[in-house]
Amino acid sequence: MSSAIFKRRKIVNKLSLVLATLTMMISMVFLVWVLVTLVMKGFSAIAPSMFTQMTPPPGTDGGLANAIVGSLMIVGFATLVATPIGILAGVYLAEYGRRGWLAPTTRFVNDIMLSAPSIIVGLFIYTVYVANVKHFSGWGGVLALSVIAVPVVVRTTENMLRLVPNSMREAAIALGAPMWKVIFMVTLRSVKSGVMTGVLLAVARISGETAPLLFTALNNQFWSMDMNAPMANLPTVIFQFAMSPYEDWQRLAWGGALLITFGVLGLNIFVRIVLRQRTN
Amino acid sequence: MNTMSEATKLHIESPKIWVKNLDFYYGSLHSLKGVNLQLAANKVTAFIGPSGCGKSTLLRTLNRMYDLYPGQRATGEILFNGKNILAKDQDLNALRARVGMVFQKPTPFPMSIYDNIAFGVKLYEKLSRSDMDDRVEWALRKAALWEEVKDKLNNSGLGLSGGQQQRLCIARGVAVKPEVLLLDEPTSALDPISTAKIEELVDELKIDYTICMVTHNMQQAARISDYTAYMYLGEMIEFGQTDQIFIKPQKKQTEDYITGRFG
Amino acid sequence: MNAVPSEITAKEMVQPISQEALAKRMRWQRVGDFVAHRVTMLFALLVLLLLVAIMASLVLGALPAFQKFGFGFLSSTTWDPVGEEFGALNAIYGTLVTSFIALLFGVPVSFGIAVFLTELCPNWLKRPMGVAVELLAGIPSIIYGMWGLFFFAPFFAEHVQPVLMDTLGQLPYVGGMFQGAPMGLGTLTAGLILSVMVIPFIASVMRDVFEVVPAVLKESAYGLGATTWEVMWNVVLPYTKAGVVGGVMLGLGRALGETMAVTFVIGNAHNIDLSLFSPATSIASTLANEFAEASGELHMSSLIALGLVLFFITFVVLVIAKLMLMRLSKGEGRST
Repeated sequence: MSSAIFKRRKIVNKLSLVLATLTMMISMVFLVWVLVTLVMKGFSAIAPSMFTQMTPPPGTDGGLANAIVGSLMIVGFATLVATPIGILAGVYLAEYGRRGWLAPTTRFVNDIMLSAPSIIVGLFIYTVYVANVKHFSGWGGVLALSVIAVPVVVRTTENMLRLVPNSMREAAIALGAPMWKVIFMVTLRSVKSGVMTGVLLAVARISGETAPLLFTALNNQFWSMDMNAPMANLPTVIFQFAMSPYEDWQRLAWGGALLITFGVLGLNIFVRIVLRQRTN
Repeated sequence: MNTMSEATKLHIESPKIWVKNLDFYYGSLHSLKGVNLQLAANKVTAFIGPSGCGKSTLLRTLNRMYDLYPGQRATGEILFNGKNILAKDQDLNALRARVGMVFQKPTPFPMSIYDNIAFGVKLYEKLSRSDMDDRVEWALRKAALWEEVKDKLNNSGLGLSGGQQQRLCIARGVAVKPEVLLLDEPTSALDPISTAKIEELVDELKIDYTICMVTHNMQQAARISDYTAYMYLGEMIEFGQTDQIFIKPQKKQTEDYITGRFG
Repeated sequence: MNAVPSEITAKEMVQPISQEALAKRMRWQRVGDFVAHRVTMLFALLVLLLLVAIMASLVLGALPAFQKFGFGFLSSTTWDPVGEEFGALNAIYGTLVTSFIALLFGVPVSFGIAVFLTELCPNWLKRPMGVAVELLAGIPSIIYGMWGLFFFAPFFAEHVQPVLMDTLGQLPYVGGMFQGAPMGLGTLTAGLILSVMVIPFIASVMRDVFEVVPAVLKESAYGLGATTWEVMWNVVLPYTKAGVVGGVMLGLGRALGETMAVTFVIGNAHNIDLSLFSPATSIASTLANEFAEASGELHMSSLIALGLVLFFITFVVLVIAKLMLMRLSKGEGRST
């Protein structure tokens, strides 16, 4: 082997590894950049009034109280809708899906739904629900967000159930237990915390979603707890306020953005910690 | 089948389970070939043989555990109290309630010790709270676990040691009062002290139950079984009284395995 | 609890349940099994039908637009809500170009990150770094949009675009792509922000598939004296090709459908311009901007038709992604 080739190979190797390290650093720079600007801009907006006052007209003081409550309600109801659907469908895929075509097909479709554009889901709910009841509403937002949350819950439930050793199922079956009792009293119970983390991941996923709410829940300047009417929610308020030319609206938008981001990232980190404890 | 001529000589009066010409397939893999066997009531029968010989497969046909998995099927006859359990109309849950099973690795359910025992009982009986308490205590005593857990019945079954967990699983199996208990290498994951306890237990349990045990440990089979079946490559090579198998096996193959000359 | 002497045998304890009662229990359990099976199946079916329903509703909604404009809808660049003339090409072009830019930068960077995480990163740093990359994926897209609009775009206009104009902009043929007013908003900015957003997805798939490469394979290459880079490029990458392509496709699916981040920075102008500096539009951002306020039925239908086009493109991309990833996991099964 000539030393020239050897030298060149070494240089190529060194160079590429340096570049690889560099890419990692670049992505970290972006993460820090986004988070730091968010904290710097958002922190000044966070005040008690943000949680107590309504979204203001331009030029006056106000808060995000109605948007925060609206978001909590929409996300909360969407979670309530999506959790049972997702868990039961996940149970089918993991426990009954050994035979037949339905399970593999559904698994495939579910994985596609998992990454389908969320704005399409908004369009879908608009055409099948909002257009039929002829007004934007909180329920429309709930439906759109549940459609996005279901695949996340299905996926984690199935994955978790697949981690349950077959011997656990067999042990229950060997006592003469019917399959449904095996599933709901033994296997599902043994992965309870894993399934819950799946639900939390879904919550994190839908909390920041904006696009599907734009033409379902729309927005509402006022305090409203009526799920059957247009409803304020953080993402759309942030969108509207950030795109506006008004300084105080933009400030509120940053405050809301900070709130949402740290909520979502906090959930993500929490879930990871719980999952890590489980796998250890 | 030639190899069976010796084995079938053994006559057992009114066997609890009578396996006739059993063949078993994993998909296209023919893994039990024409097995014949009789399990005597209130005796311990041990299955021995090198791994992959089909002893666990045979055990799992006795409560039709294989039915869970697509592609696995059995042909032939298995008479349990005179009725063929391979028949299509056999209710599997009912069968399994009468033929209990304990596995190689302890499998406590994710619930309290008490509920672990009560789970199986509740499936088929409606007991008052106090009757259930009695039943749980009875089962735990049967499994020689009562003294160790009586003060922590509401703790999770997962908190017990390996040996205790395995006895909990035996108690759970006993609690539903099956007629037959299948033990699939019940001590292979346990330490010697726990193993000794379980062996003692098996000896006591046979007063009430017909026991069938798979073991990879020949000494264990010699110590606690009344009958022994030696299997190799899916065939029943020799079946007889344990003393006879271990002292004076009829087949060269059996002798080689027992004396350790086997590959 | 009254003590039960352990000598009591099973037979004494057994108060045999009557055959009738047992049969009744059995029947109930069978009913339970049937119900549980069917109910869970129903929900699985629901997930399946959801996709079908989405397709059906989009097709139905898009029908008026396609009836009016035919397939010319796909090739027309007119977008005139007042004159009720609509064509999808501007938006399709914007979607494709921004996604292409996203992959152009995102794929090599993701590969670098995956190499770093699997080969270079000291063990204690692996987890925090992995989590950090996943946090990038966790940040809501609207945040990327705001950050892009208020911070990245001005920075880009002031420090990067002038440099690009002076260098790449002077080249023959491609120079036109890097000319124009350095406003910070436009296709290039949107594509770059998208690349930041897809990196975590592509990188984590790549890392996962790199980690399934059997150690013996790498070791035998190292045994021949190969360098780390040669092992990654000549052994690991070819071995995991299908999975890597799957991961890239997954990222592409994200980029195509991303709405909020793009809406903030693309400039929202219905035109096609050679220059990557000029404002444009994408399917998703058109929908976000116009749908809630769409006036006429035709405008609405045209927007839904845009959605249908987007859905169709992402669907194809995601199916390819999924098939690629499935092929890899099957290959794994064979080799072990």
